Amino acid sequence: MSPIPGSGLAKGLAVTLRTMTKKSHTAQYPDVQPELPPRTRGVIGLFEENCTVCMLCARECPDWCIYIDSHKETVPAAAPGGRERSRNVLDRFAIDFSLCMYCGICIEVCPFDALFWSPEFEYAETDIHELTHERDKLREWMWTVPAPPALDPCAEEPKELAAARKAAEKLAAAQAEAERPPTEETSPETSPGGES
Amino acid sequence: MNDALDVALRLIVVFAVFLVLPLVIGQTEHKVMAHMQGRLGPMYAGGFHGWAQLVADGVKFAQKEDVVPANADRRVFQLAPAVALLPYLLVLIVIPIGPSTSAVGQVIDAGIFFALAVMAVGVLGSLMAGWASANKFSLLGGLRTAAQLLAYELPMLLAAASVAMAAGTVSLPGIVNAFEWWWLPWQIVGGLVFFVAGLAELQRPPFDMPVADSEIIFGAYTEYTGLRFALFLLAEYAGIVVLCGLTTVLFLGGWHGPFGGEGLGWVWTLLKIAVLAFVVIWLRVSYPRLREDQLQKLAWTTLVPLALAQIALTGVVKVVM
Repeated sequence: MSPIPGSGLAKGLAVTLRTMTKKSHTAQYPDVQPELPPRTRGVIGLFEENCTVCMLCARECPDWCIYIDSHKETVPAAAPGGRERSRNVLDRFAIDFSLCMYCGICIEVCPFDALFWSPEFEYAETDIHELTHERDKLREWMWTVPAPPALDPCAEEPKELAAARKAAEKLAAAQAEAERPPTEETSPETSPGGES
Repeated sequence: MNDALDVALRLIVVFAVFLVLPLVIGQTEHKVMAHMQGRLGPMYAGGFHGWAQLVADGVKFAQKEDVVPANADRRVFQLAPAVALLPYLLVLIVIPIGPSTSAVGQVIDAGIFFALAVMAVGVLGSLMAGWASANKFSLLGGLRTAAQLLAYELPMLLAAASVAMAAGTVSLPGIVNAFEWWWLPWQIVGGLVFFVAGLAELQRPPFDMPVADSEIIFGAYTEYTGLRFALFLLAEYAGIVVLCGLTTVLFLGGWHGPFGGEGLGWVWTLLKIAVLAFVVIWLRVSYPRLREDQLQKLAWTTLVPLALAQIALTGVVKVVM
């Protein structure tokens, strides 16, 4: 029970009046573009120079919405007396966004960083067939991919950077070891290169 | 000839007010309710902040098919919206907005009786609609309307009687003429009772049990479509205008204002009506619907005793002075 009868009623009126004086939360989307969070999953872009037609994305896709055609070409030997090499050439890369469920597994699984998330989302069509984005369209999306957002403060170092830094440090240590004047005969055996 | 022109002009003005003010209040409700809920409300129709939303709604309603259910009492069903709407137009004629005789449609000596009697006719429209629809939900809504009318008509009349006693007249301009500023605290309880009872009679939230959409679809209006449905909605907003106008005239001193003199009287009246209409919207947004038993309890155990106490107070003050 409230101490003063009717104070609950007054409180209710105060809440609505206060809300009225505050800014409303409505997103006026077509007039004002939404502010999307980083790493938004809008559409998938293809950086086809990185694609080796390994087909991992097409095979991992739960919806089977990625279509890849390719053919094999032989590259003449690089050096005289060498062997001819064969490589895959991409003929068709298409994603059917009417099937895609935006799980992002294709992007995760790509070992050569050929697929990227783009925040663009305004690609509705009146014909469902138009939603199958072919290679050129996927490439256009690539140019809308933003730079990855900065890491959070105090975040763990990215794995790639950590590995590169470790390797560089090791190399520097090895060089310092090698340049040191050979005072002892046993130095080559205790070099850090032997430990790794 | 001159008289006929005068009457025609007055009727045209009243009719214009009858058409415009409810729409203004409806649009205000759209926007105020939206902002009280952290939304923007209509933004597109008409270009500037959706000012033409209700016009667009009207066009939509006009385009819809006018359906009369096969088992409905056809004539009564079709007549009900007019019965709901027209009384408010008639009441609007007698509400004075300024001190001169040109600021009121028609001065009627028994104005307060006329206004309250005709206003109660409007509720009959809901009863007719509920009975004639041949629909159980409509019938339930109609019966709830009847129960609500019975319960709230009494405190409304008692509160109005208190003001009539205080002024010693039942003419609406006469009551405003007799108004003094200290009537405000003197008649405040009566004013609150009148306003709350009027809200209940209009079936406005939180007293919208007869049209409780989560229980009985839309009460008596369930079977209505198109223009007839729009007329019921218009009746609700015209009812707000009339209720706020009557409350202003009876309890808030009508055209009397702290400054501005007689010439600005109509501004004061309209301002008070606007503030009251805002309160009507505010109450709708803030409070949940009262249950049927709570509705009856509020009327019989709170409003009626309060109204009687107000009459006793008015009588005592009147005799002592």
